[in-house]
Amino acid sequence: MAGSAKPHGRLWTWLDERVGLAELEKVVKKKEVPVHRHTVWYYLGGMTLFLFMVQVATGILLLFYYRPSAEEAYESVQFLMAEVEFGWLIRSIHSWAANLMIFTLFIHLFSVLLLKAYRRPREVTWLSGIGLMGLAMGFGFTGYLLPWNELAYFATKVGTEITGVVPVIGPFLGRLLRGGDEVTGATLTRFYGIHVAVLPALTTLLLGLHLFLVQKHGMSVPPGAERAGGGRRTMPFFPNFLLRDLVGWLSALAMLAALAAYFPTELGQKADPFASAPVGIKPEWYFMFMFKTLKYLPSYILGIEGEIVGVVGFGVGGLFLLLIPFLDRRTARGEPSPLFTWIGIAIILYMVALTYLGYTEVATQ
Amino acid sequence: MAEETLDRQPTRRGFVNWFLGTSAVAFLLSVFYPVGRYLIPPTVAESTAGTVRLPFKADDVKPNTGQIFKFGNRPAILVRTPAGELRAFSAVCTHLNCTVQYRPDLGHIWCACHNGHFDLNGQNIAGPPPRPLDPYAVNVRGKQIVVSKST
Repeated sequence: MAGSAKPHGRLWTWLDERVGLAELEKVVKKKEVPVHRHTVWYYLGGMTLFLFMVQVATGILLLFYYRPSAEEAYESVQFLMAEVEFGWLIRSIHSWAANLMIFTLFIHLFSVLLLKAYRRPREVTWLSGIGLMGLAMGFGFTGYLLPWNELAYFATKVGTEITGVVPVIGPFLGRLLRGGDEVTGATLTRFYGIHVAVLPALTTLLLGLHLFLVQKHGMSVPPGAERAGGGRRTMPFFPNFLLRDLVGWLSALAMLAALAAYFPTELGQKADPFASAPVGIKPEWYFMFMFKTLKYLPSYILGIEGEIVGVVGFGVGGLFLLLIPFLDRRTARGEPSPLFTWIGIAIILYMVALTYLGYTEVATQ
Repeated sequence: MAEETLDRQPTRRGFVNWFLGTSAVAFLLSVFYPVGRYLIPPTVAESTAGTVRLPFKADDVKPNTGQIFKFGNRPAILVRTPAGELRAFSAVCTHLNCTVQYRPDLGHIWCACHNGHFDLNGQNIAGPPPRPLDPYAVNVRGKQIVVSKST
């Protein structure tokens, strides 16, 4: 049954002489995955990758009908949803897979954080992972505007205005992002270019690095499991782990199909720059905790505008998250590090609580 | 002899490296400068009109309502107070640039994005907005409403 015991076919030999399949086979056969009580968290990264591939495929399909201009964008999406066969399905899957991808990405990130997988020698894997999270949020932010509807228009107005709060270069950054002083058709074309070309190119590079490092270092065994003497048991990556991975991918696909079929993505009203912001305006759920925080902050804190405190605060928070492998000295020394476990739990609780509050508030109060 | 070569060798290499390095920097600059300039959007002349005639009549604006209109290339809001007076402000929220609206149930101006409240003088009275809305002058000539930047 196993390939190596049996001589390979002629095609395999032909390819092997030219491509070097035998070396690849050796690598795949050698790869093993540790088995312990936290093994389940290993599947989240693969699931995120799978959902990213769904995004690439459905994104390419959407490009065939989408027109990136303020005059035509909304109408082209409307046409796609109403006239094009299965247009609603492709767009709904693109939108739902985006949400699910961010969700699995967050779980992946927090499991890595709580299991301290960022410790030596995986610091660069962590850095590239945080970079990928930034790119994923960039995808979400730029993609949200593309249908050119009311909600997207105001979300983008607020989002790009927030960059203006950054000291010194803020106003310049805001203009650069908007392609002018206001959110207009120029912003739409810019976001389109960023969404379909710039971010995919950057993601390909960073994802390549991330996956290469995961291959190079193998899966991290959590310090707790290591101390408990676990992690000695392993399973072969191929086919044992890969088949389990596939189960995860198929579950994600099933969930995606159900969500897209039962809750197709809506389009809403066309953006009108001379209309009031609609009641109940909300950003995507993964920006909700920041949105809600900005809503709670008073106009002045210690003489500084509240929004500046909020935005700078989130910037510092992001930087802290990025630098965790270098700040957590105890884990680096191989000692238990409850402080950073609690920091991780605190971040999760803050995000969950503020998101909950954001969705349960009364829109007009 | 040997010492001489040893002394000279690094200098020559250093010179070539310096030469190569500066040309590499010059090359990069010649690529990234135009690209950078290209990405910065050109400034479009802002509408300098200090006065705008509104596309609706004074009678169309009922007491305790508000209406958004175009002032140059930014939105502005015209409010008729419950007492019947017409007032106009910039409709751009001073917090994060959303467009505000008139709330008849509260009797003042409100921003839906982050729950900012402004009174009928444009003053920020609650929520995150840090500054009042810019007020404009309203003049009614017959049925026509004319709004201008207050001086």
